Amino acid sequence: MTTTARDRRGYLPYLIPGLLLFVGVIAVPFAMNIGIGFTRWSGVGTPDWIGFGNYKELVKDSEFWASFRHNLALVAGMSIIPAAIGLVLAAALTDIIGRRFGPRTASVLRACIYLPQLLPIVVAGIVWSWILAPDNGAANAMLKAVGLDSLAHDWLGDPNTAMWAVMVVMVWFQIGFPLVIFMAGLQRVDPSLYEAAEIDGASWWRRFWHITVTQIRPEIYVVLLICTIYSLKSFPQIYVLTKGGPGGATNVPSYYSYQNFFEKTDVGYGASIATVLTLITVVLVVGFIRAQRGQLDEEGQT
Amino acid sequence: MTLLKPRDAPTRRTRGTAARPRRRPARAAGRRGGMSSGYAVLAALVVLAVVMLVPFVIVAFNALKTPTEYSTHGPLSVPHGLYLQGVKDFWNRVDYGQKLVNSVIISGTVAVAGTTLSVLNAYALGIGRVRGRLWILVLLLMANLLPQESLIYPLYFMFKKAGLYDTRLSVIIVFTVIQSAFGTYLLSSVLSSFPRPLLEAARIDGANRWQVLWRIVVPISRPTIVVLLVFFFIWTWNEFLIPLVMLISNDNQTVSVALGVLHGQRLMDATMSSAAALLGIIPTLVFFLIFQRTLSRGITVGAIK
Repeated sequence: MTTTARDRRGYLPYLIPGLLLFVGVIAVPFAMNIGIGFTRWSGVGTPDWIGFGNYKELVKDSEFWASFRHNLALVAGMSIIPAAIGLVLAAALTDIIGRRFGPRTASVLRACIYLPQLLPIVVAGIVWSWILAPDNGAANAMLKAVGLDSLAHDWLGDPNTAMWAVMVVMVWFQIGFPLVIFMAGLQRVDPSLYEAAEIDGASWWRRFWHITVTQIRPEIYVVLLICTIYSLKSFPQIYVLTKGGPGGATNVPSYYSYQNFFEKTDVGYGASIATVLTLITVVLVVGFIRAQRGQLDEEGQT
Repeated sequence: MTLLKPRDAPTRRTRGTAARPRRRPARAAGRRGGMSSGYAVLAALVVLAVVMLVPFVIVAFNALKTPTEYSTHGPLSVPHGLYLQGVKDFWNRVDYGQKLVNSVIISGTVAVAGTTLSVLNAYALGIGRVRGRLWILVLLLMANLLPQESLIYPLYFMFKKAGLYDTRLSVIIVFTVIQSAFGTYLLSSVLSSFPRPLLEAARIDGANRWQVLWRIVVPISRPTIVVLLVFFFIWTWNEFLIPLVMLISNDNQTVSVALGVLHGQRLMDATMSSAAALLGIIPTLVFFLIFQRTLSRGITVGAIK
């Protein structure tokens, strides 16, 4: 490379606006949030320093632990299930539809399935809370139309079904993302691999499992990571669908921290929840990078 | 979707293959499994696609019904005529035109400012290769990764102190930084493979760094820059938590915030809810139709590069 140290230094001024804004909008607020987490504060007056008080309380707070379990359900609904379905759909669209009915057919179908992803999640939530409404909602009307009146239900209002209903909505919303990423990934898989497997008499499912899944493993990792991180930031969907209810049955840490900030004005406690959320995100990202590195090393050796 | 990981994702790939259509010898008919199973898969996928679109269709149907028609025939009937009064009433009640203007101003400004900031950062990191660039990149990416919940209260507090609370500017500033984190990441990795001879030739001709940036680097990187503009616009349009907290007065709220707040008050009847949902969906459909090609290119670029 011909770039010298002096030449490189000449590019530093271009970083100044970006770094200054980063410090003001991200770094300082982030540090403040960690600090606030060690205090008891209602948002006005001086915060009282209580050390790890909030965290000690968190450990004993059953509502907080429940919100975590609900978030695990969201990880399933927003990450694992959409990725699994998306993988099969991507393989079917590329391998069967694309080959026999032309790439146009495949891309139209892909666009239909992807469309919900583009909606503001709030709008998706409004659409579904209307569909799932207890009286005269479209979901119950459909059940009645096919004679299953007994199944009609207040889907989002019953603590036993609310979390499941949210999960269904999220799968609908989320499927398009893994699908599109996996289809893009499949384009780089060497077709001769499939041809060889086909000649060897491998069934479609065998080829799917041994070629498709192994070849696009990097994309699978990426999708699972991004969707899992995304499921931790689930404030909007919970806000419009259930507001954490009924009776906390769908509360998640993201919404719980908001409640503490702006409804209960227990700002210190809310900040400590947000800090825990950040820690989980960081652990996920670091774990992901490690897993990727491990995989790269493995491939480097073979 | 906010974060895609261009650099870590590909393990073995030559650049540009993602855009190439998959080519393989045509030998469709007469294979094991035959055409019939192909049609079965096609039928299943068409059914799935329809199921995915059903919510959009019933929302549109019911937004066009009169309240009496809704209560007598229920949500599944096809509307008898075009009843636009419900949508109009809702439009006026929430001053939807103003909300659209706010969303366009906020998202448009963020798209331009965020992309500009990304270009400047990426110029220093990708082409300038300043020392410690990897760490700077990771640091900036934190802006995108961190849960907004961990920034929201301090931001709310700071903007209140600064007198910027409940202004569109506050939201613009925050999202310019958040979006540019991803843009910097994507553009730096694109620019790190920028053809060096081109830069050197320009320098020999006497162009300084600033001129090289705007006359050579930006025009050549246009495809990626367009993708960033479109994505920043749509992502900002879809944001909820930060605008909800920052924008409390009716005159400043975005589409998502206005619809979310109104819905949260649980004051809407069924036809009004569907009118609200329809008005929320329409901008997305418009973006989808306008930006379709950029979007499909962008998703691929973003995820895999």
